[in-house]
Amino acid sequence: MKLYCLSGHPTLPCNVLKFKSTTIMLDCGLDVTSTLNFLPLPLVQSPRLSNLPGWSLKDGNAFLDKELKECSGHVFVDSVPEFCLPETELIDLSTVDVILISNYHCMMALPYITEHTGFTGTVYATEPTVQIGRLLMEELVNFIERVPKAQSASLWKNKGIQRLLPSPLKDAVGVSTWRGCYTMQEVNSALSKIQLVGYSQKIELFGAVQVTPLSSGYALGSSNWIIQSHYEKVSYVSGSSLLTTHPQPMDQASLKNSDVLILTGLTQIPTANPDGMVGEFCSNLALTVRNGGNVLVPCYPSGVIYDLLECLYQYIDSAGLSSVPFYFISPVANSSLEFSQIFAEWLCHNKQSKVYLPEPPFPHAELIQTNKLKHYPSIHGDFSNDFRQPCVVFTGHPSLRFGDVVHFMELWGKSSLNTVIFTEPDFSYLEALAPYQPLAMKCIYCPIDTRLNFIQVSKLLKEAQPLHVVCPEQYTQPPPTQSHRMDLMIDCQPPAMSYRRAEVLALPFKRRYEKIEIMPELADSLVPMEIKPGISLATVSAVLHTKDNKHVLQPPPRPAQPPGKKRKRVSEDIPDCKVLKPLLSGSIPVEQFVQTLEKHGFSDIKVEDTAKGHIVLLQEAETLIQIEEDSTHIICDNDEMLRVRLRDLVLKFLQKF
Amino acid sequence: MDPECSRLLPALCAALADPRQPLADDTCLEKLLDWFKTVTEAESSLLLLQENPALVELLSHVLKSQDMSSRVLSFSLRLAGTFAAQEDCFLYLQQGELLLGLFGEGGPQCWAAWSVPTVRSGWIQGLRSLAQHPCALHFLADSGAVDTIFSLQGDPSLFVASAASQLLVHTLALSMQAGATGCSGLWDGVWPACAQKIMGHLEESLQSTAAPQVTQALNVLTSTFGRCHSPWTETLWGQLCPLVARLLERTPIPAAHSLVDLLLSVARSPALSSSHGRLWEAVAQALRCLSPMQAGSLALGMLKLPHCPQALRVQAFGVLLQPLACVVKATAQAPGPPGCSMWPPGWLDGAEGSSLTVDTLLSSKSACVGILCQTLAQLEELQPLPQRPAPWPQEPLLGAAVTILRLCHGSATSSSSGGGRLCATLAGCVRVQRAALDFLGTLSQETRSQELEKEVFAVLSEYLGSPDSSPTVLKKAFQTTLRWLLSSPRTPGCPDLGPQPLLFLRELFPVLQKRLCSPSWEVRDSVLEFLTQLSRHWGGQADFRRALLASEVPTLTQQLLQDPESYVRASAVAAAGQLSSRGLQAAPDSPEHPQAQQGLLGELLCILSTDSEGFPRRAVVQVFTEWLRDGHADVARDTEWFIATVLQVVSQDLDWEVRVQGLELAQVFLVQRLGQPRCPYMVALPEAASATPIPEVLQSLCRLRLFDFAFRALLDCDRPVAQKACELLLFLKDKTAMCGGLQEAGDIPGSASGQVTLQRWRAGEQGQLPGDLQPEAMLALLRSTDLEGLQARLAQSSDHMEKSPQSLLQDMLATVGVLGENEADCY
Repeated sequence: MKLYCLSGHPTLPCNVLKFKSTTIMLDCGLDVTSTLNFLPLPLVQSPRLSNLPGWSLKDGNAFLDKELKECSGHVFVDSVPEFCLPETELIDLSTVDVILISNYHCMMALPYITEHTGFTGTVYATEPTVQIGRLLMEELVNFIERVPKAQSASLWKNKGIQRLLPSPLKDAVGVSTWRGCYTMQEVNSALSKIQLVGYSQKIELFGAVQVTPLSSGYALGSSNWIIQSHYEKVSYVSGSSLLTTHPQPMDQASLKNSDVLILTGLTQIPTANPDGMVGEFCSNLALTVRNGGNVLVPCYPSGVIYDLLECLYQYIDSAGLSSVPFYFISPVANSSLEFSQIFAEWLCHNKQSKVYLPEPPFPHAELIQTNKLKHYPSIHGDFSNDFRQPCVVFTGHPSLRFGDVVHFMELWGKSSLNTVIFTEPDFSYLEALAPYQPLAMKCIYCPIDTRLNFIQVSKLLKEAQPLHVVCPEQYTQPPPTQSHRMDLMIDCQPPAMSYRRAEVLALPFKRRYEKIEIMPELADSLVPMEIKPGISLATVSAVLHTKDNKHVLQPPPRPAQPPGKKRKRVSEDIPDCKVLKPLLSGSIPVEQFVQTLEKHGFSDIKVEDTAKGHIVLLQEAETLIQIEEDSTHIICDNDEMLRVRLRDLVLKFLQKF
Repeated sequence: MDPECSRLLPALCAALADPRQPLADDTCLEKLLDWFKTVTEAESSLLLLQENPALVELLSHVLKSQDMSSRVLSFSLRLAGTFAAQEDCFLYLQQGELLLGLFGEGGPQCWAAWSVPTVRSGWIQGLRSLAQHPCALHFLADSGAVDTIFSLQGDPSLFVASAASQLLVHTLALSMQAGATGCSGLWDGVWPACAQKIMGHLEESLQSTAAPQVTQALNVLTSTFGRCHSPWTETLWGQLCPLVARLLERTPIPAAHSLVDLLLSVARSPALSSSHGRLWEAVAQALRCLSPMQAGSLALGMLKLPHCPQALRVQAFGVLLQPLACVVKATAQAPGPPGCSMWPPGWLDGAEGSSLTVDTLLSSKSACVGILCQTLAQLEELQPLPQRPAPWPQEPLLGAAVTILRLCHGSATSSSSGGGRLCATLAGCVRVQRAALDFLGTLSQETRSQELEKEVFAVLSEYLGSPDSSPTVLKKAFQTTLRWLLSSPRTPGCPDLGPQPLLFLRELFPVLQKRLCSPSWEVRDSVLEFLTQLSRHWGGQADFRRALLASEVPTLTQQLLQDPESYVRASAVAAAGQLSSRGLQAAPDSPEHPQAQQGLLGELLCILSTDSEGFPRRAVVQVFTEWLRDGHADVARDTEWFIATVLQVVSQDLDWEVRVQGLELAQVFLVQRLGQPRCPYMVALPEAASATPIPEVLQSLCRLRLFDFAFRALLDCDRPVAQKACELLLFLKDKTAMCGGLQEAGDIPGSASGQVTLQRWRAGEQGQLPGDLQPEAMLALLRSTDLEGLQARLAQSSDHMEKSPQSLLQDMLATVGVLGENEADCY
């Protein structure tokens, strides 16, 4: 069993598991942090961005000044943003049989895999994962495509040149494999390969393994996967949460007794407690708005935003913010808000019960109804008519490199009354803000990551008791910035096996058993013999038939008819059935055996104990009988008669059938 | 005994003896027993029994019929004990073999009812009551009761087991007392038989291998040394001390908790001064051998003793300091000396052996949290005591508290594996955080270096600013901050804050600002309380005023007057009131804003009259009272209007606390107008001329309808309101005693109608005192009302009428009677 690790990002994993002749890709995450190296794509022409000076080498050589721009000491690529794809060279991706998706954030690289690698398999995901994943992809494509950029920089990727660049460009890995965004057509084609599944549904893969999605509690439709055969069980835990937010709670019980547990997608901010962060978010939002400032919340169009809106729904009246408008701007804002209300079966119990009242499960419906929350596909159109300040704007993309957020950063960045509050944990806020420097607006970092923290993981592992844990290497040591926090790492026995990008792990467990079915008529013909109390044996003569990883024992064909009556061809097909020698069982008690030998006229018998058993030496006959646990050898010098005599004496002590 | 009660007793005893008459509840039996106790304290029990033969009949009946309810049986046992406490009555009851039947070996112990814990408990309590004289002692020895008591020590019911232990202690003491000879009453060194028996039992138990038995013996001894301080206890200790010391040699030490209690009890006993030597040895051994958790309690107890030898004090303090020293050592950047040398030399020497044990303890989460919380609480308890160890290691303790807080917060940096482990164990632990913050607060009372003060303020800043601080931790952090700010050393002759606190305060306001917007109401509430305290202390200080006014805290405070949570509104009222008294209120944003126009006074009046919750309304009246006392400008502008308006609103309030506080406000007003109440013990000073002549004051009181308010409150259905009103009117009566003519009430116009109105109010009718009442009429009304009598009546608790034994007996009989009737109806 092997694990091929195609992504180095612990929360955007992409691994391939080879297990019992199946090749299963676990998640298909796209590392978007590469876009932080690029200049933002403004929706409206930005004089500031277009007038940034080109970057030149220390010696004044300015041949890169068209591709690289400098802003407040940082260098950015002036080009269409590109993404860091999963490794494609480590394994032939056309051999991947299935892709299992655990949540909508972990499927963003799907079009690259399904459309460009010769992939012919099936993708499995839950319905909300697919629907919301589609929204995220649609938003991404829309953000990139609506601001076409004439220039595409590639010179800087040249290895010789990249070495000369300042950090972090110099240290970026595999820049030659970075790719621009996919198209909507590719998205649709990729999504068409997905087969929808429900929690606890058992899906057979070629008869060899069974895969089952389990609720992971992190997002709408998010799942962990169980991959099991008759005798082996692998759990894949990715992006799970034990907090009470909107999704169905995590199913922990089914993860018990795994041979291997692959653990990815833990919280990226282990030191920040989501409750405290929501408090910070609300307090800072209220403070800014009270002072007449605007609040910008760069976010994804689905996920934590639902919880934030719910918190605000309870908070705004108490904080006297009822008159402040909340805007949610995204090409998919409407669909996201609507979708969240229709996936009732995927929601937590509280929200599910609301549906029967009937009430919308999320209170943002009421915010929309009362006009407190308004949503728009983009800043153009209706939004510009309704726009009123001070206000709170939720919009993407959280990397601040594309999407409507770029416009608001340019618009509000100059005033210290305004605040940008980062709630998504995927990007370093300092790096995200780098191309906007100098910036007057206040920046608040309240990352809300509801995924498992290390305390929860250690409890989970204690309960699930897996034999082996496999995880990204980042989880096996404290974070580099807090090297003293020994609590911020996975602590389990035996220690977790770690992987990094482009590594192949041989998972430490061997398959020992295979299940075989016996046909009823064959079973009927068996005559078990009890060889000791509780243990019966029967000899079986059968044909082992293997197809689609299922093994069946069928009755053997009838013995050959006398020749002449059957046609020759038929008799050729019948396997050669020799007369079967009886099977032997039992053990030889040495003392009694020696007595028997003496009775039969052998004398001068010596017995020696060896590590494995005994040697009976018949000195007179110059013969040696080696008795071991599972074999007996009679060594005599070319005296077949003697050998047969001795053999028969040995056989007297054994049972035959 | 009351003849009426005597008359009721036979019927009651008959009812009790009748098993078909179930009692309504246990409490009446308890009350009945209490009453008998009072009666027997005042009268002869023998006489009582002779005059009321029904009582003896009841007891004999109990003996005869074994199907009594367990409650009545238990009651009878206790009752018999109460009577037999007097020697003559004891003899009387013994003649009839009653006592032997009830408490002897063939008594209830053989009955089925013995399995009920109440019966066993009643048996013990009965014996405990009767064991008051030498006859009783003989009875105990002869009847075999002592052996039963021994066995009851291990009773499954904790109440019974504990009562049995207490009875043993009492019996031992009584026996020793009886053994005392001569008129001096001194013990002659020979143990009486009963005492010997108990001693033997105790010695045997102490040598037992079963931990429960050891615990029982230790508990008996602990109570004995705690209660009896006669010379014989010294001999007792001398005899048992080696056995106790031997317990310390066992592994694991049995009943360690009880052992600690015993050692402390012996150490505290004044009778054992000469045999303390052996005690100190045992204590020193215990401090070495016991687990750190148990040794901690013993160490604290020892340090509290005024006469504890110095060597032992050093050892005990070492035990207390050890866990903190281990934490500091584990987190010290460089291993070795720096961590240890912080502590005063000698303190930790004796405890080196336990350092390993403590280290192991710190490795498990629950043990680590337990020992740190205990240690911090113990040191906190020790700090203010005069007998605390000297020199007090203030700096290392401060360092340790700060380190623990940093560990809990995850901000302590440590390269060592021990430090990392501690960090993992303590990160986010609310219990330790609270204990450490409390301890840090206590340490604020000591002198400290500027360097450490900076550290403390830095860690407090971390806690106050961190989004991860839980609301309870945050509240503690605010309290600790306040203590540190208050105790911060000031430059002599300058009332201003020191540079360190000032710097801290400047950084604090943005944090407070953010916290005031917190979605958690507990947080908003704590901040407001903190702010009220801050401005109470530094409201007049220029730097503080500047920092506060530069922030949005005053505006946010005013906005929180509209908070949806009533506790927060109440705290906001207090804070805004305090800020306003200090002239620190928010500048109105826009003059046309309605709230800005009406000012804080208007807003508070609005809360008082419209808020649906009691807390904010109570807070408003408190603020108004404070404003009146301090002469707040808004109040001083037109005090009469202010008083009249507030009293009118308050009089309609449904919350009695608001009404009481309204009366308090009225009293402050009266004191301001009429001067302080006369104190009978005060040295007669030349009376300061009252600002206003009394007739004029009375005139204004009539105008403000203060009389109306006070008289109505006098008849309030809530007793505290009536009491307060009574106090107020008595003050007024006293102040106006010398004023006005001697006219009879009836002669003054309006006075009669006033009386009528009062009567009507009493009857629950609505109505007002005649509006145009003249001061004379009021005065007359005041004088004609029996305020003193009313005050005495109000001082009695509301159930004084129902407390009489007669009514108790009647009630019990009535219940029985009703049940009887129902039974008849069934047929």
